[in-house]
Amino acid sequence: MNIDAIQNGVVIDHITAGKGMKLYQLLKLDETDLSVAIIRNVTSQKMGKKDIIKIDADIPVNLDVIAYVDPGATVNIIRQGTLVEKRAIEMPLTLRDVIFCKNPRCISSTEQELPHIFRLTDPEEKVYRCIYCETKASL
Amino acid sequence: MKRSVIDIVDLSAQELEELVATAEDIIANPDKYAHACDRKKLATLFFEPSTRTRMSFEAAMYELGGHVISVSSAMSSSAAKGESVADTAKTVSCYADIIAMRHPKEGAAYVAATNASVPVINAGDGGHCHPTQTLADLLTIWREKRRFDGLTIGLCGDLKFGRTVHSLINAMSRYPGNRFVLISPEELKVPSYVKRDVLKQHNVPYVQTTDLESAMPELDILYMTRVQRERFFNEEDYLRLKDSYILTPDKLKNAKQDLAILHPLPRVNEISVAIDDDPRACYFKQVLNGKFMRMALILKLLKEAGTL
Repeated sequence: MNIDAIQNGVVIDHITAGKGMKLYQLLKLDETDLSVAIIRNVTSQKMGKKDIIKIDADIPVNLDVIAYVDPGATVNIIRQGTLVEKRAIEMPLTLRDVIFCKNPRCISSTEQELPHIFRLTDPEEKVYRCIYCETKASL
Repeated sequence: MKRSVIDIVDLSAQELEELVATAEDIIANPDKYAHACDRKKLATLFFEPSTRTRMSFEAAMYELGGHVISVSSAMSSSAAKGESVADTAKTVSCYADIIAMRHPKEGAAYVAATNASVPVINAGDGGHCHPTQTLADLLTIWREKRRFDGLTIGLCGDLKFGRTVHSLINAMSRYPGNRFVLISPEELKVPSYVKRDVLKQHNVPYVQTTDLESAMPELDILYMTRVQRERFFNEEDYLRLKDSYILTPDKLKNAKQDLAILHPLPRVNEISVAIDDDPRACYFKQVLNGKFMRMALILKLLKEAGTL
């Protein structure tokens, strides 16, 4: 399968196979009219299989979202067909309005104006918890 | 500096011991505190039914010489008009020096605390936290055992939704030599995150069982809980589990003579009234102790806020 190389844009590589579509949604790429390729289950020497997202525009991407969904992913910035920068991904201490608390008893489920904030409570296990009700975040 | 108490872990072990010491002093010298909060106002905002906790806060403030203004249900407040917790907290801060709030939604007290300009005490936010109940539990344990360490603590009933259970585990895990016996039906076991984040992290030994009677002989403290109808989405589950454990005199046959039986109340039928006269029954003392600890906490937070 051939996907054209992009000239100017962002390539999110080494995404765990199966997480590409979720990342696409959480990055809100579905809300843009940009040319975006989601390539699933690409053969990878290191990972066996992986997903890749190619965005054909040099736009800022929310690294916190990527770090939350898949801290092993890499972000490459392409300009004039050349890799010019690899962005470092670190798990953010808090996530704001990236994901929503799924606990129906949480105050954030009824108070519409509240920001949805999750705090990294266990960096080793990559656990985020809702700051209001402490429910563990899940995709 | 303004400070709120949302969760029992907002208070260090040293602060808990200071609160216990203050409560003991209040019990010994009530006159000394009779005007400690003269002209200060406590707002009690209760958006969920409560008898004990609201009256306890209000009695506590009156015994400190202060005043109480209150909202006793969501329907009689601006919440019925759709006002947010944040706006309610900002508004009530204009009238009161300190707020005690109960709300059915988890995290509501945190939202109130981050928006109020006066200290907020969480008087229960859904199934999440109820720190002043834990303060009542701690003073009761202290007055019965004169120590917080080296105890075998049995927790029985709804250990999944029981917020007081989680807070008590948190508080007592800080002291050396304590051990927990977690007695519940399979469906109402202590959540795994409490076991992992609290018990295992502090290397606190615990066992899980469904059998209250076989656990009884080793217990220093037995903390009974009610299976709470309001925490279930499914009535069938509630009906199936509500009578899982009923403590009767017969079941105390093999218990220690100095066992302390605690219960956050209200009880439904999980402790037989025949046990009320047993000297080991401490649950009504616990109610009284709750008032003294709330007095101590109100004093502490008002002093820290510079209001006293």
